[in-house]
Amino acid sequence: MEYFADNYDVAIIGAGHAGIEAGLASARMGVRTVVFTISADWVGNCPCNTAIGGTSKGTLVKEIDALGGEMGLATDHNMIQSRMLNLGKGPAVHSPRAQVDRRDYSAYMKNTLEKCENLDLRQAEIVDIKQLPDGQWQVKTKLEALYTAKCVVIATGTFLRGRVYVGEVNYPSGPDGMFPSNDLSDALHKLGVKTRRFKTGTPSRANKRSINFENLEVQEADEKLVRFSHDKSFTPENKAVCHITYTNDETKRVILDNLDRSPLYNGSIEGVGPRYCPSIESKIMTFPNKERHQIFIEPCGLNTQEMYLQGLSSSLPEDVQLKFLRTIPGFENIEVIRTAYAIEYDCVDPRYLKPTLEFLDFPGLFGCGTFCSSSGYEEAAAQGIVAGINAALLVKNKPPFILDRASSYIGTLIDDLITKTLTEPYRMMTSRSEYRLVLRQDNADLRLTKFGYELGLISKERYNEVCEKQRLIDEEIERIKSTTIAPSEELNSLLVSRETSPMKTGTKLIELVRRPELGYEDLAPFDKTRPELSDEIKEEVEIEAKYEGYIKRQQAQINEMRRLESKKLPEDLDYMSIVNLRLEAREKLSKIKPSSVGQASRIDGVSPADISVLLIYMEKEKI
Amino acid sequence: MSTIAAISTPNAAGGIGIVKISGPDAIAVADSVFACVGTKKLSELPGYSVRFGHVHDGEETLDQAVAIVYRAPKSYTGEDVVELQCHGGLFLMQQILRLCLKNGAVPAEPGEFTKRAFLNGKMDLTEAESVMTLISAHGRQAADAAFNVLQGSLSQEIKDIANVFIAAAAHMSAWVDYPDDEIEDLNFDKLKTDFQDARNKLSSLIDRFDMGQAITEGVETVIVGKPNVGKSTLMNLLLGRERSIVTEIAGTTRDVVEETARIGNVVLRLSDTAGIRESSDVVESIGIEYAKTKLSHSTLILAIIDGSKSLDDEDLAILKECKGKPSICIINKSDLGNVVKRSDVLDFVSTAVTISAKDKASYDVLREALEELLGTAEFDSSEAMLINERQLSCCQKSLVCIDEAIEAIDSGLTMDAVNVSVDAAIAPLLELTGERVSDAVVNEVFSKFCVGK
Repeated sequence: MEYFADNYDVAIIGAGHAGIEAGLASARMGVRTVVFTISADWVGNCPCNTAIGGTSKGTLVKEIDALGGEMGLATDHNMIQSRMLNLGKGPAVHSPRAQVDRRDYSAYMKNTLEKCENLDLRQAEIVDIKQLPDGQWQVKTKLEALYTAKCVVIATGTFLRGRVYVGEVNYPSGPDGMFPSNDLSDALHKLGVKTRRFKTGTPSRANKRSINFENLEVQEADEKLVRFSHDKSFTPENKAVCHITYTNDETKRVILDNLDRSPLYNGSIEGVGPRYCPSIESKIMTFPNKERHQIFIEPCGLNTQEMYLQGLSSSLPEDVQLKFLRTIPGFENIEVIRTAYAIEYDCVDPRYLKPTLEFLDFPGLFGCGTFCSSSGYEEAAAQGIVAGINAALLVKNKPPFILDRASSYIGTLIDDLITKTLTEPYRMMTSRSEYRLVLRQDNADLRLTKFGYELGLISKERYNEVCEKQRLIDEEIERIKSTTIAPSEELNSLLVSRETSPMKTGTKLIELVRRPELGYEDLAPFDKTRPELSDEIKEEVEIEAKYEGYIKRQQAQINEMRRLESKKLPEDLDYMSIVNLRLEAREKLSKIKPSSVGQASRIDGVSPADISVLLIYMEKEKI
Repeated sequence: MSTIAAISTPNAAGGIGIVKISGPDAIAVADSVFACVGTKKLSELPGYSVRFGHVHDGEETLDQAVAIVYRAPKSYTGEDVVELQCHGGLFLMQQILRLCLKNGAVPAEPGEFTKRAFLNGKMDLTEAESVMTLISAHGRQAADAAFNVLQGSLSQEIKDIANVFIAAAAHMSAWVDYPDDEIEDLNFDKLKTDFQDARNKLSSLIDRFDMGQAITEGVETVIVGKPNVGKSTLMNLLLGRERSIVTEIAGTTRDVVEETARIGNVVLRLSDTAGIRESSDVVESIGIEYAKTKLSHSTLILAIIDGSKSLDDEDLAILKECKGKPSICIINKSDLGNVVKRSDVLDFVSTAVTISAKDKASYDVLREALEELLGTAEFDSSEAMLINERQLSCCQKSLVCIDEAIEAIDSGLTMDAVNVSVDAAIAPLLELTGERVSDAVVNEVFSKFCVGK
């Protein structure tokens, strides 16, 4: 029998990477929050590989940390290996990546939710959702408890009407053998929320004992460990290595012989899969001339023998999977613990959302993460924190928190989601950000801590530290601009040894730092007035000096962009009545309801002439 | 707000042409292309100031002009505005506009001056309504025009060039976004060679702009020569009919006569000038003044001399005016004798022909010389051609960024900096095809590279 259980300010459906950040942000901002999860044993599960970060995603994690989120801390506390990717390719693309212990990570997140004030964690499947006449939302659990809340955040990941595919076999399921969430999908349809089908997949996990590592390449961690969080009170350690092997002609033959048994190729899957997570069969079909495909063997944790076989996602039948696995060097006697599968699920077109991640048509209802057509833990967490913050702000009747494209990868991610036509799950990539020289992983704290502090998610003390760091950076840049270094025999011999021209007269220190052949650190012996500075500060000074021209140019573009961004468009603007707009533009604008002229200008199908018409219309109507 | 510039007089040869610049940097842009007579700069002058001076490209003077400075908000657009009133002539006006664009202005959209006027409260609602209709109509027209242009070879050429950079950007992107995948390392030498090839293509497209203009808009051409050497006969030869009054009396052609003639595949906008020589006749001396101005503004000079008589000081004075400019010396009246040889004049002019303008067969001799000089003999009309200033400006913007990318590679900067210049080089090219950089690059990554877990 239905019963009224409790009333909250904010209710979060799902305790994956998005739901966790949404719940924590909301509760930490002082509003009563409940987080529902289908299984309390798998809060913050990593159903695909047990790695956090990587290219552009590492930047997302650092930004989440700078806003006061949890993902960076959880990663630092539970990492078993880490590497800084792309060293040598330039600071804009340096990317921290870590392997974490899957069980420990999940336990850490569960414990963090449990300890968080203002937050209740409940194991319950939500089967119904509706809006009450007073505007409040009501959700119902499978056990028929009714909860009311001012805001609801949907973070259902791949659970919503999830269906797993392995060859000819398919059945309703969430990831990792958990229950799917079917009734909620029906309830959302009843409410009028339109969904679509996307798919993703994961490779098999094998028992370490059955793998012969003897002839496999070892991939070591970095000596100096990278961190994701601001917290320097503990030092993460490297505890594991990864290995590399390759597919071969025999692997290819087995797969091609059995292609008709793949649901991807025999037409039984309707969902659209991401191009960046192709199954091994897709890779072989799309790139038939590639001789071999690389496979990473990554440990899933320290207290398990399960190994994640990155590069071997597949939806082929179990027997075929085993057959092709055993063609691969090192896998001759492999024993699989979990079979690879594809999973298809319901998600929404995020163009129905505002930049706050609130639904345009359903006040108080928010969406985030894989539910919003993204893919990846970091993308999910990034949206989670923004949705949680805005749900709390809405409860408190405060103005929304919106990050624009120039502020962060988080802002870029959300702007892309709510503006672009997506035909596959969205993954963050460095090339998605036009301002990537400014939006680096090393300056995420300098860019965003201020917002975290203003929102009440970051302490005064931590904010002051960041302000002090910024002050020292600025001071040092001023100093190297005004300091002149006299030529000397030692310095010139260094310059010659680096194959750069020797000095004849005194030169400003910054000019020397700017030479690509030299680093800030190299000049220390010749720089008598140099203050003691931390490595982090030195890094910022060096980057700011070397890339000053490029950074200035991006800053100018940012200013131009923000001009259009500051022209806000009301949600109730009737675009269909602006007859001078082209029909396509009228339709697209009506659907997407952009929040600013800037966003409108990024919609495909809206031309510069349409934007001019819009500007004039606004002026005329005094909008 | 950007600073915009456009030719605001009709796109045709006229007595006077105006380039209008509006926006926060309007006066700075004008100062970089216009030097006042006297010491002051326009930026030191109050609104409503008028100054005489000359337009220059930093080295050479292009034209004498009058500059009018308006200070915000007291101008048509409500912004700082400078009007450069010059001596007209389509080609010259476009050169002046290009100078402004090179110095920081961007080409104005159709109706943009009016739009700005409205946005700055310089216009009432009724007027605004009509502007809005105008702009939306222009938008459609521009879209149609863009569509038509893109159908052709220009679209292909631009895409070919853009693709070099999209491929490079995609490779960089894959290399960066998938560091663990087996992406071939970027070969900066190869990248540089590719960039340089594409750069040359783009630069020849830009160079061909002038040739394209010669074919579509015509080459401003002036016929000069001392009185009675056969200027009007030449003009009639080119036009194939009688136009100027041709008499044996020196000084018959008093006005500048303008005509267009198609010679082979080139259009010449011909001015037949009064004979250049000191004259006591007032009417004629006005004509002579104008002829001299014409001479300095034209793209092509046809200098005509009487080849049956030896060169005199007047001929030499005219020939000296031709030095350094595209010019053909027409050694006329070969039917009466060949006293002047080609070698006598080749020091002054680009090329020379010996003809008798009365003889219709001379037309082909002239045509060949023209086509050779303008490089249009080999002109293939199906070849890609930029047809307007906006396209030219996009290509020029791209070219600047390509050079930066090459420079970044040369100076050993890291790939992320090179990548920013490459993206910036792609953007204006894609602007011509209506795509967006990020989408184009992402699509390329997944079609070319086998990446992902």
